[in-house]
Amino acid sequence: MVHSINERRVISVIVMNESSVLTRITALFAARGYNIESLTVAPIPNSEMSHITIATNGSAKLMEQITKQLHKLIPVYKVIEHEEMVEKEMVLAKFPIAENLADISVLSAAYNGGVVNVGKEMIIVMVADEPKRIKHFIEAAQRYNPCEIVRGGVVAIER
Amino acid sequence: MGQMSGAQMVCEAIIAEGVKTVFGYPGGAIMHVYDEIYKQNGFEHILNRHEQAAVHAADGYARATGEVGVAMVTSGPGFTNAVTGLATAYMDSIPLIVISGQVPLSLIGTDGFQEIDAVGISRPCTKHNFLVRSIEELPRVLKEAFYIARSGRPGPVLVDIPKDITVDIGEFIYPDSVNIPSYKPTYKGNKRQIEKAVEAIKKSKKPLLYIGGGAVLSGAYALIRELAKKTQIPVVETLMARGVMGADNPLLLGMLGMHGNYASNMAMSETDLVISLGARFDDRVTGKLSEFAKYADIIHVDIDAANIGKLVDVDYPIVGDVTEVLEAMLPQLDDVDTDRYEAWRNILKRYDELHPQSYVDSDEVIKPQWAIERVGELVGEDAIITSDVGQHQMWAAQHYPFDRPRQWINSGGLGTMGFGFPAALGAKRAFPDKTVINVTGDGSILMNMQELVTAAEYKIPVINLILNNHFLGMVRQWQTFFYEKRYSETDLSFQPNWKALAEACGGIGYDVTTKAEFDAALKDAIAQDKVCFMNVAVNRFEDVLPMVPAGGALFNMMLPQTTKGDA
Ligand SMILES: Cc1ncc(C[n+]2csc(CCOP(=O)(O)OP(=O)(O)O)c2C)c(N)n1
Ligand SMILES: [Mg+2]
Repeated sequence: MVHSINERRVISVIVMNESSVLTRITALFAARGYNIESLTVAPIPNSEMSHITIATNGSAKLMEQITKQLHKLIPVYKVIEHEEMVEKEMVLAKFPIAENLADISVLSAAYNGGVVNVGKEMIIVMVADEPKRIKHFIEAAQRYNPCEIVRGGVVAIER
Repeated sequence: MGQMSGAQMVCEAIIAEGVKTVFGYPGGAIMHVYDEIYKQNGFEHILNRHEQAAVHAADGYARATGEVGVAMVTSGPGFTNAVTGLATAYMDSIPLIVISGQVPLSLIGTDGFQEIDAVGISRPCTKHNFLVRSIEELPRVLKEAFYIARSGRPGPVLVDIPKDITVDIGEFIYPDSVNIPSYKPTYKGNKRQIEKAVEAIKKSKKPLLYIGGGAVLSGAYALIRELAKKTQIPVVETLMARGVMGADNPLLLGMLGMHGNYASNMAMSETDLVISLGARFDDRVTGKLSEFAKYADIIHVDIDAANIGKLVDVDYPIVGDVTEVLEAMLPQLDDVDTDRYEAWRNILKRYDELHPQSYVDSDEVIKPQWAIERVGELVGEDAIITSDVGQHQMWAAQHYPFDRPRQWINSGGLGTMGFGFPAALGAKRAFPDKTVINVTGDGSILMNMQELVTAAEYKIPVINLILNNHFLGMVRQWQTFFYEKRYSETDLSFQPNWKALAEACGGIGYDVTTKAEFDAALKDAIAQDKVCFMNVAVNRFEDVLPMVPAGGALFNMMLPQTTKGDA
């Protein structure tokens, strides 16, 4: 199938905690030609399940297929295609200590973050915001010659 | 049941599940299990001569009986040989358990001798798979494997067991139920959707029942016949559904798709309501999607929600088991007006008269279609017919008078050459009193011919009817039509001595070139209790017709010469 209308979508997949469940999911995406823009996974507190958040893109029809195919996997408990959700992504960024630290601190505060570590040569900030705003943060951060930026991937929760 | 080794647990689970025959091939990593097989007498083990054949045999057993088939292989090459078998079963949703040995837990990930990532390789061609990690979880895993294989949309399940776990001792309590919170197949169709579908049937003028392999798996044939009878709605079957309606049923138009008959394909092209029961709109069935059932609303009943809306847009989606959905639907159709569809039935009848399924017979050479029809006349409903893949498969599907489901066993989804002979062994083992005939080709049969030895050793007298065209005929047909007759690597003029080959392995051979010889050989083969090769020389350049070229619209068929005019 040719997947045309590319709209960004976020789905949450609730899975049983067992080895290779993540492989089953990523292999399914690869085998059927679905796209993964970002993927995060973590155990759900006090349960035997994990929450996987996948950001992908495609038409509504494709999303329906992805949801159904995911559901077919034996350890997949629930698939939620989000309509109304809160979406956040966390980012860590490292800057040379010689940069304007006040500016960097203000910048990260503007994106729900702040300085998390200061070393002899480097300063590390953390921000957490909506994926769109994260893009802006990364653009803005370029001015201060970041040595490294690590994105955490999207997590989402139904409103 | 107390303390026992992992190997014993495997045997106990197989016995508890009621499996009578296991097919397999031993090797280092599975030897402890084989040692326990030696000691028990709850089931028999058949030593096929190749792991692929063992899996196909278990698959044939499953298709013939509707029960779960079991095959057992060792790690590494034993497992990789089994992969084609798994994929074949997967594509046709056949309930199957493959138990594979694995290197000991401590060696996993070290490139140990005969180590291969079996769960990794089999992930895309199994319904589910397990790498067993401890003796404690083994009983539960075995129970879940059987449950997953046979429930919902059935499919093959691999259980990969590291060698040390087969030696470990643990407590064996075979669970009598399964609880997998994340796996709850839907059997009952949505009530409201079913009501809407019934309304649509009552309103339509040109409805068509489209029956797929799911109807066989669901055991729904009696209900489908009842539905057709009650409503007088015409029926088309897919390759996988042959036998559901029964060849004599006046409402059966035939098989649709690439090699479907004229009336069936036209019916699908002109219907205003497709009632799909356990079919999945495979590309070999639909042809060009944009032209497929263009004027129709679609009711799609399928136990696998992912099949619904995957290829065509569906107006009445019903997720559920065909049997349960029909049980709910049938009483609501008591007042259906069967006259409503009469004009439609007449149109289709005329189509069938215009271009019936036909071929030009000959007195000089045996036509493959004649051979199939002749088998039908001589053994008919008594036989189980398996097949390999190619022209012979299509002729069997078109011309054999199947009159019950599970009488026709073939690899539809994957199209695996080499499937037919071992599948026939499985079917024959399950039904020793039935004549089992593998309709095969001179190409396909060689892909598992070592099974002659298995069949001879265990006295499993199946008949391999080789429709010998000295070609990889189906590929040759495409070369004729689409590659300007450049017969690249399809000429099988160099042939073995079939009779001698069969005899060398403990079977019998027949070389047949005339119709008289054909009858004599078939009758003799049925009377003998030995496996045989019945090598039938057929017309070399015979084509399978009608044919819808790949990607073409269903109504654009190449038709046989006997019929007049153009479609
Ligand atoms: C394992 C495998 N390899 C290749 C093919 C491709 N293929 C499909 S039909 C066919 C020819 C089969 O020849 P034969 O068994 O003689 O049957 P015929 O078409 O001549 O009746 C081939 C090569 C296949 N389906 N399966
Ligand atoms: Mg051939």
